[in-house]
Amino acid sequence: MATINLKINGKQHALDVDPSTPLLWVLREHLNLVGTKYGCGVAACGACVVHLDGEAVRSCVTKVKRAADKEVVTIEGLSEKGDHPLQQAWQQVDVPQCGYCQSGQIMSAAVLLREIPNPMDEEIDLAMAGNICRCGTYLRIRKAIHLAAGIQQETK
Amino acid sequence: MRYNTRHKKEKRPYKIVVALAVLAIIMTFMVSIAANSGTAALRPTEDKITHELMKRDSMKSVAAFSKVYSVLMSPRCVNCHPAGEVPLQGDDSHLHAMLPQRGKDGKGILTMKCANCHQPENTPGTHTPPGSPNWHLPPADMKMVFEGRSPRELAMQIIDPEKNGNKDMKALIAHADDELVKWGWQPGEGRTLPPLSHKEFKEAWITWLKNGAYAPSN
Repeated sequence: MATINLKINGKQHALDVDPSTPLLWVLREHLNLVGTKYGCGVAACGACVVHLDGEAVRSCVTKVKRAADKEVVTIEGLSEKGDHPLQQAWQQVDVPQCGYCQSGQIMSAAVLLREIPNPMDEEIDLAMAGNICRCGTYLRIRKAIHLAAGIQQETK
Repeated sequence: MRYNTRHKKEKRPYKIVVALAVLAIIMTFMVSIAANSGTAALRPTEDKITHELMKRDSMKSVAAFSKVYSVLMSPRCVNCHPAGEVPLQGDDSHLHAMLPQRGKDGKGILTMKCANCHQPENTPGTHTPPGSPNWHLPPADMKMVFEGRSPRELAMQIIDPEKNGNKDMKALIAHADDELVKWGWQPGEGRTLPPLSHKEFKEAWITWLKNGAYAPSN
């Protein structure tokens, strides 16, 4: 055990955890931030994506020691009122079916829109290829990302 | 007259001996110069590949490269030196799941950066992401493709600074101990090792380079 300093969604936390604990466990079990989901556990599905210093990392294989003194953002911290352009678009397009993958999808899409504010289909496909949706809502996900790009542009 | 004639005849062998002695001294001197310049020249080969300055032994060099090639074409090496823009995966070198792209710096793009999944160390368990602190592919402007290369093509590519990441002899030798290269011998659970040990590979690598870095004929 060791004390790890984490900054999650803008709040500082000092946690006494094994440094090799996956970040996902810490988020869900220690901090009750359960919006981030456990999917495959081997970085193959994208359900657990969070932002670590702005990168879309997979928290199921990221040891908590790697996140020490870095900025972590989860789906709970993506926007103050749940109104990030992607969250608005997700609701408007009614993207989710079962919804299990959506926090990971949105967190990945947020990095995409930050890097490419108005992405083309091909760019969306490349960026989202690591996020699996077993319900097969890919076309709605792509549509929502286009819509979110528009909302983001309007609100700037 | 007889005396004189005999005297002249007796002097000839003496002249030949003197001439041979002078020749021997000159040759010794020249060999000494060549040897000295050779010794001095061997050092610069550490810094720059110059075939004329290296010890040349094509048989030894080519034999060593065949060992090097067997390692470089193993999945642990070739998987991150693909011909395309997507890394390979597994002992059968299939395309990496999720089709992550190389990107400009070889570290992926957008949401699909190598380090988003590949940690500074192997993740425990089978079918988990392998890891090393600087996990990446060669960059887009110097892809250093291994996949599909013949022994000759690969050898020529490795010694060409315009295709090898601007590596000189010293950098090439040092590359055998690169952390990511050495990962190949500690690849984590469920991954086969290269056909030689790292020690054997390094020996063959240095033997190949220091004996002229000859490319095989095919």
